[in-house]
Amino acid sequence: MPMSYYLILSAAMFAIGVLGVILRRNPLVVFMSLELMFNAANLVFVAFSAYHQILDGDLFVFFVMTTAAAEVAVGLALMVAIFRAKHTIDLDEMSMLKG
Amino acid sequence: MNLSDFILTLPILVLLAWALLLLVVDLWVPKGRKGIVAALAALGLAVTIGVTLSQAGNGGLAFQNMIMADGFAVYLNVLYLVSGLVVIALSHDYLKRMNLERGEFYPLMFLSIAGMMLVTQAYNLIMVFLALEFLSIPLYVLAGLARERPESEESSLKYFLLGTFSSAFVLYGIALIFGATATTGLSEIIASVQEGAVNLPIFLAGAALMLVGFAFKLAAVPFHEWAPDVYQGAPTPVASFMAVAVKTAGVAVLLRVFLTAFPTLAAEMAPLGWGIAALTMLVGNILAIAQTNLKRLLAYSSISHGGYLLMAFVAYGNPQVAGQAVAAMLFYLLAYTLTTFGAWAVVISVEQADYQGLELEDYAGLGLKYPWLGVAMLVFMLSLTGIPLTMGFWGKLFLFRAAVDAGYVELALIGLLSSLISAYYYLRVVVMMFMRSGEPRIRRDGWLSLVAVGSALAVVGLSLLPNQILQMAAQAILSLQ
Repeated sequence: MPMSYYLILSAAMFAIGVLGVILRRNPLVVFMSLELMFNAANLVFVAFSAYHQILDGDLFVFFVMTTAAAEVAVGLALMVAIFRAKHTIDLDEMSMLKG
Repeated sequence: MNLSDFILTLPILVLLAWALLLLVVDLWVPKGRKGIVAALAALGLAVTIGVTLSQAGNGGLAFQNMIMADGFAVYLNVLYLVSGLVVIALSHDYLKRMNLERGEFYPLMFLSIAGMMLVTQAYNLIMVFLALEFLSIPLYVLAGLARERPESEESSLKYFLLGTFSSAFVLYGIALIFGATATTGLSEIIASVQEGAVNLPIFLAGAALMLVGFAFKLAAVPFHEWAPDVYQGAPTPVASFMAVAVKTAGVAVLLRVFLTAFPTLAAEMAPLGWGIAALTMLVGNILAIAQTNLKRLLAYSSISHGGYLLMAFVAYGNPQVAGQAVAAMLFYLLAYTLTTFGAWAVVISVEQADYQGLELEDYAGLGLKYPWLGVAMLVFMLSLTGIPLTMGFWGKLFLFRAAVDAGYVELALIGLLSSLISAYYYLRVVVMMFMRSGEPRIRRDGWLSLVAVGSALAVVGLSLLPNQILQMAAQAILSLQ
């Protein structure tokens, strides 16, 4: 398959992720959109790794997956703590800080 | 992997080991005597500063060209570590007062500082990404440290979501650059560009995405929305740490990556950088006028100072002025660190245990009742505005000179105009302190006063030898080019 297919697919994934972060109000869905953006980048890494015939990109993907897991740990813990205090995690309810 | 790798990265290793040690020691220290942990943490930072300084002048690449030890890194690493020391002085009493004395605080701060040091020394885009995450993740936790307060949790969640959002931009940019150049090493990228084996549109898109991601970290307009909310909700010493050290790290990684790997893209990046810098200076200062909460005011102020720094960054691709511009940025970071920490120390002194005392009216009469604190705050406000006899004046002068020398006269004029706007809200604090009567209440704490008075003395004292410091900064960046 030509390289451009992979790039177009990953650009579409990234764009959907960006839109999800901007438009969705549930932090869990926002978080899934963020993961989609990360995975769009992973797709570019893997595709170019195969194209250039080197392993650097494949290796990078493992690092990205590990950091994403670390972020999930912190992010979900935060959402649980907020849900316990407020019984909602809707982002529109997050409006105590403004000015 | 051999011994020299470990010697070159010794400061980071010492700091990481100390963070783990603190985590264990804290278990044995009874509540009420947590001062021991703070003292140990300060000792750890002092030892790391010693190790860092002992390595000045002997640098090189470590771990298969992943990490660079050079003068640029020494200068900035010392700045991060000193910031850490100041944050310990600011937070020791604050944590007790707010009932936040948790064992994780200092270790998390250490981990974040280690991430900053790594991001400054990163010589491969893999390291850049990992170090950015390493410095950010502990900060998400620190922002939510006061988890009984919904504001703190809200701040943490906002920081987390937008921080991850910006990391995704950086990551996608790195992926495209890897695709265009078939490498992630900073020096290999430029080598590959010079060979002409690069897909230029993809390379350019990657660099632009990375610039956007870094602009998020720097809270540059139009990517600044998160900063005031996060600073307001986070515990105040953590907010000061973010305003100073995280911004410094953002500038450091921007300079490292763009100067080493993308000097050939300077012409294409200049309009983008120009726009971001001009918007950041103007919007940051204009929005600050409407603020009555001191934490938000300082947040917008820090946004606008990011704009002044970016003004000099725009000139990075012009070989005649790049060195001068980068040296001016390093000088400005020192001036900004001293001034901003001082201002935050005054804010923490006035803040009450119930998180009140952050409004502008709470400062009425402060200068009359507590002249030391009032005069210190006066010095910081003058320095942030850029009035002579302060470090802030020289910092701005060098930045404006760099912009003018690079031919960006309009940008320097916008900077000058926005400095004039900023004088309004900085001096409003001064007027409030000295010309209104009121019953201000402050928290008396030796360490807070030491930071406030010490920074004020440094801001005035160091302004007497600006050229020597600029020389030092110029020495530090010789290895970058």
